[in-house]
Amino acid sequence: MTVDFPKVPHTTKIRNVRKNRQSAITTFFLNLMRSWTGIIGFIIILILLLISIFGQWIVPFDPLLADFSKKLLPPMTGGHLLGTDQLGRDIFSRIIMGAKISVIIGLSTVLIAGTFGTIVGIISGYFRGWVDVVLMRIVDVQLSFPFILLVLVINAIIGSGLRNIIISLAIGGWVIFARVIRSEVLALREQEFITACVATGVSKFGILFKHILPNLFTPIIILSSLQIGTYIIAEASVSFLGFGVQPPEPAWGNMLNEGKDYIFSSWWLITFPGIAIMITALGVNLFGDWLRDTLDTELKGE
Amino acid sequence: MLDFIIKRLIQVVVVVLLALTVVFFLIRLSGDPTALFLPPDASREQIEEYREMLGFDRPIYIQYGEFMVNAVQGDFGQSLRSKEDALPLVLSRLPATFQLAISALILSLLIAIPLGVLSAYKRNSVFDRISVALTVLGQAVPSFWLGLILIYFFAAQLNILPSGGAGSIVHLILPMITLAAYSVARFTRFTRSTMLDVLRKDYIRTAKASGVPTIRLVGRYALKNSLIPIITLVALDLGTLLGGAVITEVVFAWPGVGRLLMQSLMNRDFPIVLAGVFIVALIYAVINFIADILYAYVNPQIRVK
Repeated sequence: MTVDFPKVPHTTKIRNVRKNRQSAITTFFLNLMRSWTGIIGFIIILILLLISIFGQWIVPFDPLLADFSKKLLPPMTGGHLLGTDQLGRDIFSRIIMGAKISVIIGLSTVLIAGTFGTIVGIISGYFRGWVDVVLMRIVDVQLSFPFILLVLVINAIIGSGLRNIIISLAIGGWVIFARVIRSEVLALREQEFITACVATGVSKFGILFKHILPNLFTPIIILSSLQIGTYIIAEASVSFLGFGVQPPEPAWGNMLNEGKDYIFSSWWLITFPGIAIMITALGVNLFGDWLRDTLDTELKGE
Repeated sequence: MLDFIIKRLIQVVVVVLLALTVVFFLIRLSGDPTALFLPPDASREQIEEYREMLGFDRPIYIQYGEFMVNAVQGDFGQSLRSKEDALPLVLSRLPATFQLAISALILSLLIAIPLGVLSAYKRNSVFDRISVALTVLGQAVPSFWLGLILIYFFAAQLNILPSGGAGSIVHLILPMITLAAYSVARFTRFTRSTMLDVLRKDYIRTAKASGVPTIRLVGRYALKNSLIPIITLVALDLGTLLGGAVITEVVFAWPGVGRLLMQSLMNRDFPIVLAGVFIVALIYAVINFIADILYAYVNPQIRVK
């Protein structure tokens, strides 16, 4: 699996911070209605979130309950919508619970990597100087190593499990935030309203928190939404390779790993978790692309 | 230009050394290295004895210095399992990885460029819409899953292609397709958008107005001018292809560097892991270096910076 390096261009559009909340939400949906790919992405994400919150109450079977008398049942037999796996566990229930794991990993990673990367990007872009040089060298060095391999090696060394895969993904992922946010801050610094602030004697930190930070909201949202899909696929790949989330925890990646031994006899084991990953990645990508096109006036019409 | 090349060459060296440093310390922080050399039932005295013998009782910065001095001379020690020399073992797997990556690259270009060009030329046609939809879908399919699905259809069901291993050209087909899929989607999308930009240019309109035949217009005037950004993207994507090769190799039991690296990570065979990281980082850095030089050569503005 390969990882995309998203290019979020400078958003020189200045967000109106005092915008009426109601109208912002209305604008969001009006914009969404104009793009059917955006709608599809939004609906997929919504369903995914609902499943991951309410999943434990809608699963028809216990996703961890093994029953050898029912192993490898094909789909639509014995009340098992998507069949059962090699231990007789219900695949549908496991996929539902797997959604929660994917969402937790995607969101936690983006939160950690995004926060850390943004802080580094702001320090680098706003204070410049030798700090900027050192930080950006580190970013350059890390970007010159394949993301998925980095995550894999770190995870293999520090050990598997939910917490460690999030740490590994965050270590691999923060650099993109640092790079993009830095260039956003650099562009913002040159804006006239910042010059005006400096001229009227607003303090350095006042400018940073009141005037620069609010304007970073849009690029952070765009980048986050584009990155979540990358993290979810990367986690699935790492778990598929036997690291990451460990069985019996039902992550989509390790379900495929366990199912691959039965590929010649039971196709459903490797089919449905993969479709779940694909639909999720598709939804997040479509929504992210739409967000970028909508929020970023420069890219419009491309 | 020479300044730029030297600066970037230094960066290549720094990247590789830093990658080794980080992995070295990660490994040391993750547990007692002595235990890896001994069976799990070794007594405390035996462990202490070995620790001294292997030099793990010394301060870590001395161990690190020694490791780096040996590493830059190509000595990464021996595999903890097979006792083979680590670096030669990794290097012996390199041709298989290159074979897979290069054939996937060629395949993806052969599909993506004509598809992207046609898609741009027939903009908003049914063909264009289907091709765009496929590229969006192609970027969402995890490559290891695509590999499993291909194995299911071509090996398990139709029984016309092997499900894994290497040895003949037939073994290459499924891994090559698996690895190429994502690149096809990415390159097609990029070729299409680059071609759309070029087709909008004045000189294309002029050529069209003066009656240049379509094939010549698209092939000679438009495609030729789109090739520079496409080549740059391809060069930049080679590293990503290399990362993808690791996973594809595992799915298809392809005997390359990626599979070796994976097995060594599983076995905690760290000399091989370090040698593998060294080789991957080196190749990746060199590819990026070449891409940058290519880009600087094409775009003089970069050189000045």
